[in-house]
Amino acid sequence: MQTYDLTERGLRGLNSILHAQSEDTNQVSWEVVNPRGSHAIAVGLDAPLEITVKGSTGYYCAGMNQGAAITVKGSVGPGVAENMMSGSVVVEGDASQYAGATGHGGLLVIKGNASSRCGISMKGIDIVVHGNVGHMSAFMAQAGSLVVYGDAGDALGDSIYEARLFVRGSVKSLGADCVEKEMRPEHVCILQDLLERAELHARPEEFRRYGSARKLYNFDIDNVADY
Amino acid sequence: MCGIVGLFLKDKELEPKLGEMLTQMLTTMSDRGPDSAGIAIYGRGTRGKAKLTVQSDRPDQDLDGLAPELGQAIGTEVGIRRIDTHAVLELEAGRVHAARKAVRELRPGIRVMSDGEVIEIYKEVGLPKDVADRFELSRMEGTHGIGHTRMATESAVTTEGAHPYSTGADQCLVHNGSLSNHNDLRRKLMRKGVRIESMNDTEVGAAYLTWKMQNGASLGEALDSSLEDLDGFFTFVVGTRDGFGVLRDPIACKPAVMGETSQYVAFGSEYRALVSLPGIEGASVWEPEPATVYFWRH
Repeated sequence: MQTYDLTERGLRGLNSILHAQSEDTNQVSWEVVNPRGSHAIAVGLDAPLEITVKGSTGYYCAGMNQGAAITVKGSVGPGVAENMMSGSVVVEGDASQYAGATGHGGLLVIKGNASSRCGISMKGIDIVVHGNVGHMSAFMAQAGSLVVYGDAGDALGDSIYEARLFVRGSVKSLGADCVEKEMRPEHVCILQDLLERAELHARPEEFRRYGSARKLYNFDIDNVADY
Repeated sequence: MCGIVGLFLKDKELEPKLGEMLTQMLTTMSDRGPDSAGIAIYGRGTRGKAKLTVQSDRPDQDLDGLAPELGQAIGTEVGIRRIDTHAVLELEAGRVHAARKAVRELRPGIRVMSDGEVIEIYKEVGLPKDVADRFELSRMEGTHGIGHTRMATESAVTTEGAHPYSTGADQCLVHNGSLSNHNDLRRKLMRKGVRIESMNDTEVGAAYLTWKMQNGASLGEALDSSLEDLDGFFTFVVGTRDGFGVLRDPIACKPAVMGETSQYVAFGSEYRALVSLPGIEGASVWEPEPATVYFWRH
């Protein structure tokens, strides 16, 4: 286990050391102490490292992750795990707005609540939130799954494409072209797997599924007055 | 982008350290707003007396001899405490209106930053740390205070473009965001006789709240109606004589974090601004909900 003190050694030093690790590095395990809300901690990693951040972070923690497993023992600011490709990011506290935005792959777990626009424009990432999500979550979501154990705010899944949304609690309102859909056996399987990987003890049957009504996919002459 | 910090003390023992804690918070927010900074501090007041905080770009010319001249003009004793480009004038509470009018006539170069029993507003162009040093912010005491670091988007980098803005006696407003209907609203308010001095969007927001309250709304009601009448992005923090309030627009893309312990309630545009506060590790930390007015009072 390598320990890196951000207050003593600075952010650029941390990210360059982590970027310098190759796929077969033997310095796999890293602990980052004194994050004190700093931005861009552990961004752009592309090796199978295990990073634990001991405290709360600011903007863009663990962005663009490819293959690393990053755990934050605290809360995170806006844009955690933005554009993640693969690997995992676990936040033990809350996440601010646009968590997991534009993510292509990997698993983002938020053990507290996520704020507005969680999973905005998600493109294949899986996001599991143990608490609630704020308004406009999964806005323009294209692929992947968003699982919410608690409640979802206004306009869930507005202008959604093909992502799957599973919510156990209430949904304040659904966004344009987002509808409730039947929970088929294959969805129960997908959800069961995600719940297990996110260490969330819940039964898939308690969730409702939401997705695209596919009415906004193509230009519709009847809607011309609305444009 | 701009930075906001706010600190409302529940524990009286922290009051001598208010300035020190706010300075730390304010300077941490320098990279959100490096061009100007300002602070509203709610300190000690004297019953029956009012404080008028004034500023001049040419303090030697405008502030020298101001107190006796003003005293003579309005027929009451006026005390003065000068700090850099600012001065705090102390006078009978009932003479504030007359004093404002007389200051305008005696010294047209002076800007009135605030009036009230306890509030003092200091703001200038420059790095937040330099502004805090100029006014010796770290030595100030008080019950609560609000600070702002500005990155200008809607108007020039000038003293009158810096925040906080006074919205009435012992009241002030700071803003992170941008209002898109401020030109139209400025014209409408000016037609109603409201005085607006700059092309800044936040000044229009402040003038709007002042105008609403002059027409009978409470601060809470004025903030509520701003959700209807102001178009744009905003996180507002308002200061009042005995507390402070927070309001985010319905989209809520401008950041806001609150931290609360048994000793204080703190506001920061980012968590970074709160990390040096005592006991923050055990504080309740959360984001204010959109389109919801929050208030904390003594």
